[in-house]
Amino acid sequence: MPGSAVPAPKSPSPRLWRMRRVQVAGTAAAAALVAGTAAALAVGAPAAVIAVAVVLVAALAAFWFVRNRVRAWTYTEREDDLIVARGVLVRRLSVVPYGRMQFVDVTAGPVERAFRLATVKLHTAAAASDARIPGLERDEAARLRNRLAALGEAKAAGL
Amino acid sequence: MTDPGEWHRLHPLSPLVRSGRAAVGVLAIVGISASGHFGHDGSHLLDWALAAAVVIGAVVNWLVTRWKLDGATLRIETGLLRRDSRQLPVARIQAVDVVRPFLARALGLAELRVRLAGSSHADGRLAYLPEQAALDLRARLLAAHHGLDPATPEPGERILASVPNGRLLGSVLASGASLLIALLVAEVVVVVVSPAVLAATGSTFLVFLITLVPMVWRRLATEYGFTLAQSPDGIRIRRGLLGTVAETIPLRRVQAVRMVEPVLWRPLGWCRLEIDVAGSPGRDHADGSGRMRKTLLPVGHRDLAWELMRLVIGADPPPLSRPPRRARRKAPLSYHFLAAGHDAATAMGVTGRLRKVTTWVPLEKVQSVRMVTGPAQRLLSLATVHVDAAGRRVRAEFRDRPGEEAGQLVEDLAALCRSARRQRSQLVDSAKPPGQLR
Repeated sequence: MPGSAVPAPKSPSPRLWRMRRVQVAGTAAAAALVAGTAAALAVGAPAAVIAVAVVLVAALAAFWFVRNRVRAWTYTEREDDLIVARGVLVRRLSVVPYGRMQFVDVTAGPVERAFRLATVKLHTAAAASDARIPGLERDEAARLRNRLAALGEAKAAGL
Repeated sequence: MTDPGEWHRLHPLSPLVRSGRAAVGVLAIVGISASGHFGHDGSHLLDWALAAAVVIGAVVNWLVTRWKLDGATLRIETGLLRRDSRQLPVARIQAVDVVRPFLARALGLAELRVRLAGSSHADGRLAYLPEQAALDLRARLLAAHHGLDPATPEPGERILASVPNGRLLGSVLASGASLLIALLVAEVVVVVVSPAVLAATGSTFLVFLITLVPMVWRRLATEYGFTLAQSPDGIRIRRGLLGTVAETIPLRRVQAVRMVEPVLWRPLGWCRLEIDVAGSPGRDHADGSGRMRKTLLPVGHRDLAWELMRLVIGADPPPLSRPPRRARRKAPLSYHFLAAGHDAATAMGVTGRLRKVTTWVPLEKVQSVRMVTGPAQRLLSLATVHVDAAGRRVRAEFRDRPGEEAGQLVEDLAALCRSARRQRSQLVDSAKPPGQLR
């Protein structure tokens, strides 16, 4: 974070990590079931054990990666712009002025709804400026949306 | 042109031009089969019915379409069943383009396209008017837009550049040739590696060769006779071989300027200029007038290009600096071109492997500033800073800057964009009456 101004960076809800864990575990369980069954039918029981072990190792790696990814995600509401930082392998940092905002999306898929979370996304006229914040508490998402909408109105600048 | 305050029809030949090739084709078929030399007897009825349907449809469309210039509003009414009446407030006009497809041009007609600020769905099209009437109406609309007496003649324009057609042809052939050379090299490599594959790849090679022809033709046809002029409304472009287009681009809608120097052009000092224009991408007309990325100069000398870029951006280019030498390890193929820089008003980035691409963005138009650090960049402690303007992939890139400089750059650019924006909006507030766009 370059020369962080007065406001401190905020992170998504801790429940995001829990949600991602459930997602990874669910995917891993399904993959282990399929791989195990297929190996057992095609080769035999020892192969099935190996297949399941491979899937489990992959799942552990995914856990590690997803944890870092969730931790890397921060956002900072400064006076004139929103900063979103994310990414582990490729680190990205976006500075989006409130005045350039065209609209704000708040979305919550079925899994996110089960964890009472929502994703906030800022759109500008540039297709590339990606300011997306996943895993916000519903209240926080609503607060952010309202604040962004209000600030966008106040600081709006034409193309 | 009579008094434009009355209701007017479009030119009576409009249905013919509008149904264009379809009408001509159907008429030709009807003519051929009616002549009795070809085809079969008894099926004339169907042919005639088809031709009649096309002609009646076009004529009805012509009958129900009318327009008038009513003080500060251009009204266009059309549609038989679903009536569509459009009011185009003159104050909100962005540009008035005059387009002449080939058939219209042959008949001395022209289409007037009135573009408004905002979405392209609200555009007004008058297809077709007699050429002189179209030019008169444009002059009237622009005069009314500037709050002048409608009878004021169109203000003079200053020709900035015109592209000799020989040079255009040469440049198009040069870019075609570079593709051809690439293909030939690929083919030779294939043959050397395994002659047996030649039969298989030969046909693909031919297909590529054949696709080259329409590409070359399209560029020639749309950029033939290219003339660039400056008028009080903005930059005016005239171009076209068979069909011609005259379009105006208001300078304040320009988001970025790009200078492209392909390999084979560079020894000659030639380059191509493109600009990105704000707006929602509308229907892309075949003549390329609906696009958001426009050609400002199809081919021209570098000195002229720099002069034009200065004019469009309204500033001098910022000083550029090169990335540190260690960036060569991450970007061995493009390091020779990489450079970037900014001042208080603009940012510029140079990238490219074989062809050099220089992008120049005024900071007041910047939508967001981003820093991206890939794994290889992190090892070398480098980072890339993108300065995004409106549109798809419209940005100046500060590639592979040292890490700490990149961090500082993001802060500086964000602050500079903010003040550039503020300055701009104060300027607009104080100098322009509301509703007036320029």
